[in-house]
Amino acid sequence: MLVLLAVMALAYHGGRKRAITSAGGAGQISTLHSLPGYYGFYAALWAGIPALLLLGLWLGIQDAVVTGLVKSALPAQTLSGLSDGALGLLLNDVKNLASGSIVGGTVTPEIQAAADHFAQLQRLANWAMWLLVLAAASGGMVLAWGQTKPRMRARNRVESIVMGTMFLCSLIAVLTTLGIILSVLFESLQFFQKIHPADFFLGTLWSPQTAMRTDQVAAAGAFGAVPLFTGTLLISFIAMAVAVPIGLMAAIYLSEYAPRQVRSVAKPLLEILAGIPTVVYGFFAALTLAPVIRAIGESLGLEVASESALAAGLVMGVMIIPFVSSLSDDVINAVPQAMRDGSYALGATQSETIRRVVIPAALPGIVGGILLAVSRAIGETMIVVMAAGLSANLTANPLASVTTVTVQIVTLLTGDQEFDSAKTLAAFALGLTLFLVTLVLNVIALHIVRKYREQYE
Amino acid sequence: MSTLASEIVRDTSAITAADLARGGRVSGTIGDITTPDPRMVCRGVNVWYGAKQAIKEVGLDIGKNQVVAMIGPSGCGKSTFLRCLNRMNDTIDGCRVQGSIQLDGQEIYDKRVDPVPLRAQVGMVFQKPNPFPKSIYENVAYGPRIHGLTNSKAELDALVETSLRKAGLWNEVKDRLDQPGTGLSGGQQQRLCIARTIAVSPEVILMDEPCSALDPIATAIIEELIDELREQYAIAIVTHSMQQAARVSQRTAYFHLGDLVEVGETNQIFTNPRHQLTEDYITGRFG
Ligand SMILES: Nc1ncnc2c1ncn2[C@@H]1O[C@H](COP(=O)(O)OP(=O)(O)OP(=O)(O)O)[C@@H](O)[C@H]1O
Ligand SMILES: [Mg+2]
Repeated sequence: MLVLLAVMALAYHGGRKRAITSAGGAGQISTLHSLPGYYGFYAALWAGIPALLLLGLWLGIQDAVVTGLVKSALPAQTLSGLSDGALGLLLNDVKNLASGSIVGGTVTPEIQAAADHFAQLQRLANWAMWLLVLAAASGGMVLAWGQTKPRMRARNRVESIVMGTMFLCSLIAVLTTLGIILSVLFESLQFFQKIHPADFFLGTLWSPQTAMRTDQVAAAGAFGAVPLFTGTLLISFIAMAVAVPIGLMAAIYLSEYAPRQVRSVAKPLLEILAGIPTVVYGFFAALTLAPVIRAIGESLGLEVASESALAAGLVMGVMIIPFVSSLSDDVINAVPQAMRDGSYALGATQSETIRRVVIPAALPGIVGGILLAVSRAIGETMIVVMAAGLSANLTANPLASVTTVTVQIVTLLTGDQEFDSAKTLAAFALGLTLFLVTLVLNVIALHIVRKYREQYE
Repeated sequence: MSTLASEIVRDTSAITAADLARGGRVSGTIGDITTPDPRMVCRGVNVWYGAKQAIKEVGLDIGKNQVVAMIGPSGCGKSTFLRCLNRMNDTIDGCRVQGSIQLDGQEIYDKRVDPVPLRAQVGMVFQKPNPFPKSIYENVAYGPRIHGLTNSKAELDALVETSLRKAGLWNEVKDRLDQPGTGLSGGQQQRLCIARTIAVSPEVILMDEPCSALDPIATAIIEELIDELREQYAIAIVTHSMQQAARVSQRTAYFHLGDLVEVGETNQIFTNPRHQLTEDYITGRFG
């Protein structure tokens, strides 16, 4: 690897030098099409990229080729009567032996021989690989040097290569998203073949315990997701009931009333709230807030579960405050000063101006910000796992323990799993539902926010 | 042309002892800064933005039923002076105003005066039309609502209609009062802003380059409107168009680098300026 970098550095310097000499000395650089550095980069890229590609390709197939060679070299009688699985195990033994680690079975001379053979091949392949890569690098370098002439459009070429790389990177992001969506979709379809969608979306009983083995005695499992949806809604509702008023008022104070010094301190502080890991919020909710709520509830003669939707919702609300406040603050600041001046010039007070001009003007943006916060609340997991419990109660009582879609996904997928049982697949169906809901919310929110921006540009 | 036609032109030396008592120092303004029937009287007004002085010792009267035009090169302090007249400068951080400004004999920078009702008496129209993102009706009804000027929906409707009529916009918008004010053309928006201002029945209307964003036709409509509004209000207008100043105003004030250089009857300023700077500016020798 280091060698490769060294070759690239060499190619850069050589390319630069050659460009300068081919232009006729340092005084003549202006006759070059591009700056000398670009010729250097061009050579370096030629040296690096093909060599890297070769390296990747080689590493990808080396193992398969070497294994194939070793297998064909094994004596025929060792192979006869072995199933595919046993053969795989045997080859694994060979490899482990070659790399010097402990082997499961007994070591027969044949296997020992095969292992030596394997190790030898491996060494050979490594050497060949490095030689080839170096050759490719130097070849690329020399090729690029050869092309270095004053007329060569080195800048354009370098830039198109760089652009191509950036395109590939963005493609990776897009393809990953697409891949996740497709896999979730596929697994969910499998789930809906086992469980009818109507049972899933309308059923009110959630108890995803299915038999792991056919001989096990267990419930058939009930996959009615309604309690999860209501649990999610309840907690998100509590969270928004905390975050929207507090966040909005904080934003109004910060953007309209606060003196500059207060603003420059308070705003970053508020944004720190967003940086606290949700696990921390979670144990705060579970260990500090929940007992307090319980104590208060009991002193009022109410029955409070030790894990309550209220505790989770309140803490989640606090977590979301910075979302609401910083987005609203931005849109409120984006309301043109001319709008405020117009209102003041009519004899409106500051609070009238804020209530009747600034807020209505910023409202679409604020709504967009709130929707983004809602989708954040729906997707939040950690706090709920720790503070709201796991029991899928269908209730609107904030003092009871509830569970949410995200929490159930976590519990469905942790522990030993069988990847085609309805239990596991249910997680994908839940994931898909969650994804669709937040996607719709985000699309609406972004649309509103964008429309609002256009209004003042 | 105006009530001032027969006035004797007084020099700075003619500023009275009463003026001195009110304003402190005497500015170097040439011409008569007073008017017989003033609505607003300003003496010795200084404004600073931070440490930088924007206008120096400006004294000027704004007369009833009269349009005063303020002209001068960019950055000379016209807008600053205008904004002093309804304390809009209060909203700017670091802006400090000194001197005497009276509205109907009442000192407006007095500590006991609340700028909020003051701004209802001294309305302002801005350079860039700034209708609220509300319906046309709500734009005009905004002021009367916050001041509780009307008692019933019918009264409010009538007030909105008369304001829009006075601004010459009624016929164009009467069928779409519930549509957003921001959807109007630039000239219509500016007239909407004027309607909005007169709906709270101010005594003085300040206009800061109200036509600079408008085409000649919209400009002509607004100039006509200003001429009509003069019958009921005192008007101060900042403009960069000499023709406009000549067309709409009775008196003209020429500002230069924070000084009020010369004030006079519009006719006299444009035909027979007395200060060299004024002459250079209106003959186009100064940008
Ligand atoms: N908010 C402000 N903060 C600091 N300085 C300001 C501010 N507003 C105006 N100034 C300064 O005060 C001086 C006068 O500005 P003002 O806006 O009154 O000029 P103007 O005559 O209206 O110019 P224009 O014809 O370009 O509108 C200028 O030098 C300007 O830089
Ligand atoms: Mg100005």
